[in-house]
Amino acid sequence: MSTTTTRDLARPAPAKASSAKPRRGLRGSPTFNFWLFTGPFLIGLAIFVYAPILWSLWLSFFEARFTVTPDKFVGFENYKYMLTNEDFVGSLVTFTVFAAFIVPTTWALSLGLALLVNRLRFMRAFFRSVFFLPTAVSYVAAALIWKMSIFSGVRFGLMNTVLGWFGIDNIAWLIDPNPPWYWLVIVTARLWLQSGFYMILFIAALQNIPDELYEAAAIDGAKPGWQTFRHITLPQLRATSTAVILLLLVAAYQAFDEFFNLLSKTTWGRPPLVELYYKALGESQDYGAGSAGALILTVLICAVTLLQGKIMGFGRGDESK
Amino acid sequence: MTTTMPEVRKSAPSADKPARVRRGGGVMSSTGLYVAVGVAAFLFLVPFYILVRNALSTDAEITGENWKFFPTDIQWGNISELFTDETVPFAQSLWNSAVVATLHTVGVLFVCSLAGYGLARIPYKHANKVFYAVLGTLMVPTAVTFVPSFVLVSSLGWVDTYRGLIIPGLFSGFTCFLFRQYFLGFPKELEEAARVDGLGYWGAYWRIVVPNSLNFFAAMATITFIAGWNAFLWPLVIGQDPGSWTVQVALSSYMTNQTVVFHMIFMATAVSILPLVFVFLFLQRWLVQGIAQTGIKG
Repeated sequence: MSTTTTRDLARPAPAKASSAKPRRGLRGSPTFNFWLFTGPFLIGLAIFVYAPILWSLWLSFFEARFTVTPDKFVGFENYKYMLTNEDFVGSLVTFTVFAAFIVPTTWALSLGLALLVNRLRFMRAFFRSVFFLPTAVSYVAAALIWKMSIFSGVRFGLMNTVLGWFGIDNIAWLIDPNPPWYWLVIVTARLWLQSGFYMILFIAALQNIPDELYEAAAIDGAKPGWQTFRHITLPQLRATSTAVILLLLVAAYQAFDEFFNLLSKTTWGRPPLVELYYKALGESQDYGAGSAGALILTVLICAVTLLQGKIMGFGRGDESK
Repeated sequence: MTTTMPEVRKSAPSADKPARVRRGGGVMSSTGLYVAVGVAAFLFLVPFYILVRNALSTDAEITGENWKFFPTDIQWGNISELFTDETVPFAQSLWNSAVVATLHTVGVLFVCSLAGYGLARIPYKHANKVFYAVLGTLMVPTAVTFVPSFVLVSSLGWVDTYRGLIIPGLFSGFTCFLFRQYFLGFPKELEEAARVDGLGYWGAYWRIVVPNSLNFFAAMATITFIAGWNAFLWPLVIGQDPGSWTVQVALSSYMTNQTVVFHMIFMATAVSILPLVFVFLFLQRWLVQGIAQTGIKG
């Protein structure tokens, strides 16, 4: 229980209508109040989340080009089309590989930063702020800084300038897929943007590990450092790690902003969402195929997250109460 | 997605307590530790530095042969040039973003906090089923629903409108979930006292629960505002006319423009980022606490 919420505990409740008997009439009826509180949200959820999903499901079985009220039922044609579409399937495969790489990397970097910051005695808040700061920056802005300056393919780009000091030729980071240097651009941008936020989660979790565990370990002769990290810190962070990895996985498959902006004129490194964007809202306006693709992607994300949950075990939260 | 450990809440107030050096110490000397952190911090700050440096340089200094760490004379004129340039409606896009992010934040906090409270605290026999219906939407990534959502919003005639930009994003299952987790840990005694005093659920919520949860609301407001300001995919889809672009869409259009004017691009990016960065620095303490309070986001 958080102390911040109890700070004003002493503030007296406004004494109003104290003669009224509590829990009588609509005002005290739990059922009425339940719907009063959740109603606005649930109505919105039904209209703007559930309805689009169902509509999408319906559209995916129709030939729906340039129209959202199609009448030509085509069965699983759209699914077949998307699953045999090399670009789309290729991007699903690419992004599974991307997720398999970016998720552990971000996890390790944010945990590493948390461990470092947590050990600082001086200037702790300063360093925490520095790492946390990129959380406020948009993917679009980061893409712009990365593309126009740091990884600009020409001489004046920062990376090429630095490499030039060591006599290395300019590298066309983004406009040449061989070798695929563009991944370095994307991965560094993502690490910069995301690590700080997850670092905060890890710091909170680290401070929650009881001191006694470390004391007991020291008595048992465990060497501080790798041994205590491996046998105490890491297992204690399991629930946080599971949650962080889950969020990172979903985020990796939903990548859009920086890819759209960094690789706008290229045909490589297109994430599934960019493919869908061009499919459904581009020239062809093929809502049927776009919807089918969206559902395929959803199924893939659910499968991957469930698999991850199975491997790592979902943290036991208060859901079981 | 149900990972929340109530224990984590304990750590919230202690987010700033000094590190216990004893832990895991010994691998790295204090000097080594500060060198490692310093190098990492330097790398994290480089992009900010580049941004500000280029925003206040001439194009020649950005693209020139001799890359100088500090530009020789600072071009404050770049700011006014940005706002008088007519190829991209930048001032309008800033205004649009401010309106959209603000209304988005107010709307999300209002709708999702009420629902979160209802789910956490009002006894109702089907509450669990409703909760699972909300939880289910977390499994379907929001970004994946953008095609059908766009179809829906365009058939409502909301393309290029604030309504279209704001309303579909208000019903965040995730935010509702976080509020529910938070309210589960809210002291029950407070509300019970309020109800004995004759306040209904509604009155107790507004007079007791909300005023005692301002820290958490502030944290959620910061996160929501940043997310609203930085959103790109949805505004890109909805903002077809340049007049309804948000600042992110405007930035993106600079990158795809035929003519690249470097100092303008960087100035635009700086103007879009820096207000947020300052707000963020200012509210950081609450934010760190708030994140810790939700238990684990997830």
